[in-house]
Amino acid sequence: MTSAQYRSIQTRRSFLDTCAGGLGTVGLAHLMGIEGVTAAESRDPLALRNPHFAPQAKNLIFLFMAGAPSQMDLFDPKPGLKEWHGEALPASLTKDLNLAFIKPTAKVLASPREFSRCGQSGTEISDYLPHLQGVADDICVVRSMQTDQVNHHPGQSMLMSGSPLVGRPTVGAWLTYGLGSESRNLPGFVVLSSGRGASGGSSNFSSGFLPSSYAGVPFRKSGDPILYLSNPQGVSRESQQLSLETLRLLNAENQERTGDPQIASRMANYELAFRMQASAPELLDFSDESQSTKDSYGIEQEPTNAYGTNCLLARRMVERGVRVVMLIHASWDDHTNLDEGLKKNCDITDKPAAALVRDLKQRGLLDETLVVWGGEFGRTSLGQLKHVGDKVGRDHHPNGYSMWLAGGGVKGGQAVGATDDLALKAVEDPVHVHDLQATVLHLMGLDHERLTYRHMGRDFRLTDVSGAVVNKLLA
Amino acid sequence: MNMTAKVLALGTFAAVLPLASADKVSFSQDVEPIFRQHCLICHGEALQQSGLRLDRRDSAMRGGNSGTVVEPGDPAASALIKRLEGAGGLQQMPPGRHLSEAEIETIRTWIAEGAAWDGSGESQDSPATAGHWGFRPIRRPAVPQVMDTQWVRNPIDAFVLARLETEGLNPAAEATAPTLVRRASLDLTGLPPEHSTVSRDLPYEELVERLLESDHFGERWATQWLDLVRYADSDGYEKDSVRPHAWRYRQWVIEALNRDMPFDEFTIDQIAGDLVPESTTEQRVATGFYRNTLKNREGGVKVEEFRFEEVVDRTNTVATVWLGLSMECARCHDHKYDPITQKDYYRMFAFFNELDEVDIDAPMPGEVGPYLSAKPEFDRKLAAIYEEYNVPELIGPWTEKMLWASENPGLEHEWDTSWDILALYLDDGQRILRTPPEERHWREDYALTEWFLRNYSRVVSEEDYKATGFKEAVQEVHALVDSFPDVTRARAIQIAAKRPKSHVHPAGQWDELGEEVSAGTPAVLPAVAHGPPVPTRLALGRWLASPENPLTARVTVNRIWQGYFGTGLVATSDNFGLRGEAPSHPDLLDWLAAEFIDSGWSLKHVHRLIATSATYRQDSAWREDLAAIDPANRLLGRQVRLRLPAETIRDTSLSVSGLLDPTVGGPSVRPYQPPGVAELSYGSSVKWPTSPGSDGYRRGVYIHFQRTTPYPFLANFDLQERNVALCTRTRSNTPLQALNLLNDPVFFEMAQGLAFRVLTETPGQAFEQRLDRAFDLCLARDPRGTERELLHEYFIRQRALLEDDEQAARDWFPFELAGRGEPTDRTALAAWVGISRILLNMDEFITRE
Repeated sequence: MTSAQYRSIQTRRSFLDTCAGGLGTVGLAHLMGIEGVTAAESRDPLALRNPHFAPQAKNLIFLFMAGAPSQMDLFDPKPGLKEWHGEALPASLTKDLNLAFIKPTAKVLASPREFSRCGQSGTEISDYLPHLQGVADDICVVRSMQTDQVNHHPGQSMLMSGSPLVGRPTVGAWLTYGLGSESRNLPGFVVLSSGRGASGGSSNFSSGFLPSSYAGVPFRKSGDPILYLSNPQGVSRESQQLSLETLRLLNAENQERTGDPQIASRMANYELAFRMQASAPELLDFSDESQSTKDSYGIEQEPTNAYGTNCLLARRMVERGVRVVMLIHASWDDHTNLDEGLKKNCDITDKPAAALVRDLKQRGLLDETLVVWGGEFGRTSLGQLKHVGDKVGRDHHPNGYSMWLAGGGVKGGQAVGATDDLALKAVEDPVHVHDLQATVLHLMGLDHERLTYRHMGRDFRLTDVSGAVVNKLLA
Repeated sequence: MNMTAKVLALGTFAAVLPLASADKVSFSQDVEPIFRQHCLICHGEALQQSGLRLDRRDSAMRGGNSGTVVEPGDPAASALIKRLEGAGGLQQMPPGRHLSEAEIETIRTWIAEGAAWDGSGESQDSPATAGHWGFRPIRRPAVPQVMDTQWVRNPIDAFVLARLETEGLNPAAEATAPTLVRRASLDLTGLPPEHSTVSRDLPYEELVERLLESDHFGERWATQWLDLVRYADSDGYEKDSVRPHAWRYRQWVIEALNRDMPFDEFTIDQIAGDLVPESTTEQRVATGFYRNTLKNREGGVKVEEFRFEEVVDRTNTVATVWLGLSMECARCHDHKYDPITQKDYYRMFAFFNELDEVDIDAPMPGEVGPYLSAKPEFDRKLAAIYEEYNVPELIGPWTEKMLWASENPGLEHEWDTSWDILALYLDDGQRILRTPPEERHWREDYALTEWFLRNYSRVVSEEDYKATGFKEAVQEVHALVDSFPDVTRARAIQIAAKRPKSHVHPAGQWDELGEEVSAGTPAVLPAVAHGPPVPTRLALGRWLASPENPLTARVTVNRIWQGYFGTGLVATSDNFGLRGEAPSHPDLLDWLAAEFIDSGWSLKHVHRLIATSATYRQDSAWREDLAAIDPANRLLGRQVRLRLPAETIRDTSLSVSGLLDPTVGGPSVRPYQPPGVAELSYGSSVKWPTSPGSDGYRRGVYIHFQRTTPYPFLANFDLQERNVALCTRTRSNTPLQALNLLNDPVFFEMAQGLAFRVLTETPGQAFEQRLDRAFDLCLARDPRGTERELLHEYFIRQRALLEDDEQAARDWFPFELAGRGEPTDRTALAAWVGISRILLNMDEFITRE
């Protein structure tokens, strides 16, 4: 292709981008695909790419509950524990436990929670999650999650990137790498956080060895929502526009001289940055939302305001074509004082999460949006006491825990898998985190064995060397 | 025919550019992996069921007991395909799990295309893969004859030109002097030319010589090495604790590069500086290489599991950095593509299984005197604090009980936790505790006592802890330590007192032990020269950088090449194995490698050869005539425009704006970053106190690298996380980069600095002269085309926009800076900031042409 041909594509490209938004980018990806822009890096990294097969879900909202919520107090009732409460279990039962802090001789802690059968489906959900009880028929609880890791950072890394060792791309990065993003004015993979920072820090949304364009972009709680979004002090939008117009003309002249497609790409990115400066504030401006919507998410109420704001933002982002939104809430790591800690986190997150599912459904978005809720592992049925006089908590537990999914091709109103009566391990339909990852990719139209990236001579994938789609979860 | 021979015979681009030939099935890339995975267990080296063997070309073509199985060009007639499909009533192969349609199709296409065998196992006589280009011994090839002898400045050019001439092509013209000066300065030192006109008048070779002699050379090229050895200033996992002494290793790298330490020495010191006879402090500092491994100090972590992971990480890193091989696959099973067995892997692993981590005193010049004279007073004061808080009385019983708990786990929970956590938070803490106090180094005793003061609370009630007053004691102790003129320390390694045995770990699991192994190098490579009974780490270091090792020299010169052309002669600079791309200029690669070895492993010799070659000096403009036939520029018929690396963008911007503090070396710095960035860390525990004074304006290589919350600018411009060895940074082009350069207060300040500098350096001069100065600083050239008009137009319109807004004009250009009072017009001052900001955002400014 000559540089003149390239320039003509670029001209069409910016025309399409500006005039037709998402649709234009389909055309662009198509154009670039057939005409073959030569240097791989000059392609728009977030241009839309075809999935492997027809997807059920277009977007993913991952409600990441960092620190490990306690499954037998929320989703997996274990009345059998009452008989053992306060006693140690026989060694024969505890020999396979993988414990972080406590010893196998720790005493059983039955759950004080009340569970109800909810909705038509009768899915059992704890009294700490009254709002989620109301959408029980839309969610699919998985009670048999398993992971290999018993510590937070490796566990989070395992859940997000398929490997306990940090340095691999995370699920959001894989999805934007595999599918691109429909949003031209916002990043393809956005991260929202509340509470304390999660153990994994930025490794939870890293692009690993994929190009950094696929890394999650954190939306910030204060100051600019996206780093460096607003103009420097004293620079008006008019001044910014004037500067960018001058810059564009200077760059265009150099493009003419050198014929380097990278310059065209840079010019497009400055335009996109300028548009982002306008569209991000619009995204954050809730004035077009009804009061009842805001109320349902618990916005302007405590303790739900921060998390509710993030949940509503997540809906507004997927409406605008953002491929993956990850909401991190930390921390559920209740080694002590479980009752209080758990209640606090449930009070913060329950109402907004339920509102998100309901709101997506009302707007017809739930069918194309996959919502995943959960943490890196679960908690033990054995109690933990750190100090004399402590209120009891629970230790880490990777052998069987709960998560839930909703929307985007997931069969709601059911609970999949089961753990044994003492919550020691998953005994029915175990779902390893690699299986979950394979399923998430499948719902988004990607085959986890074919979505690969060659790095150091090896074709890496999210699910490492295992993982299978869990058919029971599919609608 | 091997890959290289095939390339030469065909003389096509397709053969050297596998990406461009993706439609043709390659044996080594596509077919051999299928054989390895599904067939070789029964039809390979160990077993030849039915007389069929598929890992050797000869035997595969000969077939099995019932005749040939591959008919090149005719898949329908090939028994192999029939068997794989289960056609004709014969048992379908492989039994059990059959091949997928796609896999069979790959083999069918391969046969239809002639069943060329381009991978390992070319003949029955040679050991597997001995013919592979990366594994052959390095021999210095003859410099080829070319027609246009005028163009050739050194032998590099002869190799490049010979290839171009074969294709009937000419090289590009030489770049203009300004471009060349800027290119060489940025490539060699990572900084723009100080006085471009002065540099332009120097003979080019002399300019290169000066740049090679500059102390900034080491800073620029250290970044490549630091990417490889995954250098960072923090642990990486969870709390991501700071490593305050990590910089000392970086210091060593920069100094070694600056004085052109021979690469064999550079290698030996990092691999086995502790074992070199009469090793110096600097050699032990070099072993800090190993300490760049991530560390997991999370409560509840299994110490032995993560120690295993650290050894694995060190094994993988050495293989990538020196051998250009990804051995990682062989951790769990024999390598699928490369001739590396799982046993090979754990033999390499065994070299590093003996390491113990240790921090050593590594004073910088001038530190020892003050340290020695202050030490007695420090000791007295420390002892007095301990006395005041009854530390000697309490620590004895505590030590006893800790030791008891370590031998009687599960009885007292708090003591168990305390003992476990000691190992996690205090490197070597358990060993120190076991050492009698009088035998401890004062630092060890201090570290343990300080830990005791803070962690006694784990084993006593809150009231009892309060009563000890240890919280106050810790503050007093810290204050004393802060005031003590301590020497610089370094992170190093030593041989563990108890050397663990090494085993094969089936499936790569840390807690599953297979066959015991002793240290050794992969069987496919020449053996290590060693004395009995097993080679030491020192022997490994010498072997890595020995002329007999075919990989290290090739891998190293290739990475240098990559730094000057964006792509290596081997495009997959991280993989010289069978899945690596064949070199674009195999003879040039070998010639450079031979030259490197024969120069006494002089890195600067290789840099000089490349930077002074006519090949390097070519214009980088896009060539219409090459666009279709060589889009990736593998023939090197021009230079390439490369977006600058993250650090260089920062350094260049700081430099032209007059804000750069060019101090070489020293501890890491924390430039300004917006609040809220560090808070994304675990429990918001990472602190980012902005470095005072000019430390905030140091070069990018010195920026504190916090793994879980890296400095946003560096991450935006592709300084990827330093968790694994990184051979090639991507060069992305994103809107976030645009926002960063436009709006980051740090960059806006640079625009202000540049405006101030231009105005004060051109007193009383007209707009045109000032613009010339700004262009010279930023781009090392005069304005051209319509640039001057465009910026003048901007200048007028920007002034008009600021006319009515004095506060805005003040924000743009703080007037107190306008020292000489001119130009006095406030909007003019501000508009110069605007022009500067545009220049700092120009694609050309952040690009090396």
